[in-house]
Amino acid sequence: MNTATTGEAVQKEDSMWKQKELINGNYARLARAHEEGRKVASTFVPGNLNELLMCFDFVRNLPEINALQNGLRKKSGAMVREAEKAGHSEDVCAYVKADLGMMMQGNIGPMGEPLPKPDILVLSYTGCFTFMKWFELVREQYQCETAMLHVPYQGDGTITPNMRDYVVKQIKEDLIPTLERVSGVKFDIDRLREYLVESAKAEDDLVWVLQSAKNKPSPIDAYFGGVYYIGPAFTAFRGTPEATDYYATLRREVAERLAAGKGPITPDGEMGEERYRLVVEGPPNWTHFREFWKMFHEEGAVVVASTYTKVGGVFDFGFRHDPTNPLESLAEYCLGCYTNLNLPTRADMLTQYVEDYQADGLLINSIKSCNSFSAGQLLLLREVEDRTGKPGAFVETDLVDPRYFSAANVKTRLESYFQMISQKRERHAA
Amino acid sequence: MSTAPIIERCREIFEDLDFKVVRAWKDAEPGRKVMGYMPFYVPREIIHAAGMLPVGVLGGGDQLEVIHGDAYYQSYICRIPRSTIELGLTGRLDVLDGMLFPSICDVIRNLSGMWKLMFKDKYAHYFDVPQNFDDGVGGAFYIEELKILCRDFEEISGREVSDEALRRSIAVYNKNRRLVNQLYDLRIREPWKASTTDVYLILRAAMVLPVEEHSDLVREYLAAAQDEEKPMRDNCRIVLCGTFCEQPPLGLLRSIEMAGCYVVDDDFMLVTRWLLDDVPLEGDPLENLSDAYLHHSGETAAKYVPDVKTKGLHLVEAVKRSGAEGVIFASPSFCDPALLDRPMLQNVLDAHGIPYTSFKYAENSGQMQPIREQAGTFADSIKLWSAA
Repeated sequence: MNTATTGEAVQKEDSMWKQKELINGNYARLARAHEEGRKVASTFVPGNLNELLMCFDFVRNLPEINALQNGLRKKSGAMVREAEKAGHSEDVCAYVKADLGMMMQGNIGPMGEPLPKPDILVLSYTGCFTFMKWFELVREQYQCETAMLHVPYQGDGTITPNMRDYVVKQIKEDLIPTLERVSGVKFDIDRLREYLVESAKAEDDLVWVLQSAKNKPSPIDAYFGGVYYIGPAFTAFRGTPEATDYYATLRREVAERLAAGKGPITPDGEMGEERYRLVVEGPPNWTHFREFWKMFHEEGAVVVASTYTKVGGVFDFGFRHDPTNPLESLAEYCLGCYTNLNLPTRADMLTQYVEDYQADGLLINSIKSCNSFSAGQLLLLREVEDRTGKPGAFVETDLVDPRYFSAANVKTRLESYFQMISQKRERHAA
Repeated sequence: MSTAPIIERCREIFEDLDFKVVRAWKDAEPGRKVMGYMPFYVPREIIHAAGMLPVGVLGGGDQLEVIHGDAYYQSYICRIPRSTIELGLTGRLDVLDGMLFPSICDVIRNLSGMWKLMFKDKYAHYFDVPQNFDDGVGGAFYIEELKILCRDFEEISGREVSDEALRRSIAVYNKNRRLVNQLYDLRIREPWKASTTDVYLILRAAMVLPVEEHSDLVREYLAAAQDEEKPMRDNCRIVLCGTFCEQPPLGLLRSIEMAGCYVVDDDFMLVTRWLLDDVPLEGDPLENLSDAYLHHSGETAAKYVPDVKTKGLHLVEAVKRSGAEGVIFASPSFCDPALLDRPMLQNVLDAHGIPYTSFKYAENSGQMQPIREQAGTFADSIKLWSAA
């Protein structure tokens, strides 16, 4: 294990370096793509068809990742304001505005390299209405080809054969021919199968890592740390041997921590005694990510399960990409992402997390930008509190609009929540 | 006959948050069932074919004090789901045997799940419409979704949804759409005869009245309005855009009119005009409804536009068809579909030299003076440009 603990420097383990290399490598590929004669596909994280896009040699660009990376680097605020100046409402998703604002500022990516014009927008319309409008807005700028993949919502809590057939048909009859035409590469289903084999291996290791948090103390933080762990599997790397290697390394590191009885590693070093175990619903805030995390680890609060780490696949409930049924498997993947689940399913899942991970309660980080997550969260909170008897709490922030992160407010609420959990424990002990 | 008593009746229906008209219909015969639905589109023909009454639920407007509903939503979420929950929790929607939640946005989508959790004894169904418009792909999916509605409604109503029943219902709704289109045509021709508040109230009545009764009402209004002498004003003609889900307060529509604007097209209650042509009566009725949705339906922000070149042209067409001189974008606060779509529509209007202005509202907005001033300034500027 390779860690460092100097001043404000962020500690990094081997897996973190590997991930950094993956991300930097992808941004470098994007910057060089057109000069190297490669085609670029932009696509969204939930329900992305990374393995399929790799079959056509596309370099993959994920706008949410650009926005969040810009958020982490404190660049997104100016981009959001730029888009608002151009007429985009203050009421709508800050990811969209950060993306459009970045384009207005010259489309320089978070690593400082230019982002190319995409050759195709693959609109995987999964679990979020805004995606559709987002790519309509981007398409207007680029005037490039757009392939829509409509993924029906699990309104009644199940994937019906009709839904699966619809998605498979779109992939077969619309998406693959379009990708062939734009890329000039013929589709090879065996190549897809090979990528899916890699995906399934990585997914096994990811699930092992996420479920290690069932131990006491948890060797990981499944929210703040979790967003790093899901990175390769949810984005441009799922299906690659490099991603498989990343997850194998990560699993080894977590296994070592577990064997040593250690808690999570944070940007400020090893976490102290585990005092509170939480389940968190909702995406994190990116503009103040480290400050937000500190509010937890300073208090000894560790997140043992989170729903945000399921937006790109609910692997811990059994789904794996299946090379024996490649297209059906891709369809089920799209249909099964967290924000494509209905509210009763989400309530069941959160309840199960609180129970299985022996959590002290549910905390919701409600994101202004994201109605897909946020609408209904106050009911989810009540449901989970009622079913588990564990106290819940609610804080409000935003993804990449720094104006909606009120540190003092969030900290006060968290401190009150931790106090409430302690008091409840004392009452039980008495 | 005058239009006044017709509009008075519509106003009574509009102001009645207890759905008395619906209760009266339900009580008139034992075993009658009622199916609620939210914007923007459901195939009401199927509800009708099952012998049920389709009832549009459009929130509580500015007449309902939302007490419980606010506890379910953060401040940055629009008003319509809170007041709809308020209607549910206060028992006003008890008359409904079920609710349909069409795929319009994430808030209404999630409300479908909230409904399942909160009103466990009631049917609640998220109704997904295709965003793929190939008959063999999106159409095949849609037909299966329509079959689910048929099956569910048969179970609720205890009545078979036969092809014949569907054809009869399609014919009834074809007739109603033709009449509503005639109402819109009258307003285009002589907007001083059919004010927008009248048109709005008539469409609100369509949300609760049996369709046959509503068709009679529209027919009577058309006859009365054509015979009435009303002064023609020197107003500008505008298209109103963005009101397809959360409802504008009636005072807002009145303010726009009083500011010197004739609204000559709008996107109120799209379910009444979503299908652009008659649905054929011959052949398979579900295939016909699917074909109508895929190839002969309107456009709104909730529907994907595959071809970038045609994006927003429906609004340009609406302006041309109605002889409008500009567009007013009135969007509910925090409405993702309307607000995300708006910049693209504005760009298309810019490209066609069509002037526009924009503001936001909430269903319970009370202060209309700023809107009146903005609409008045817009109307004046159009008049000035026209003179130049």
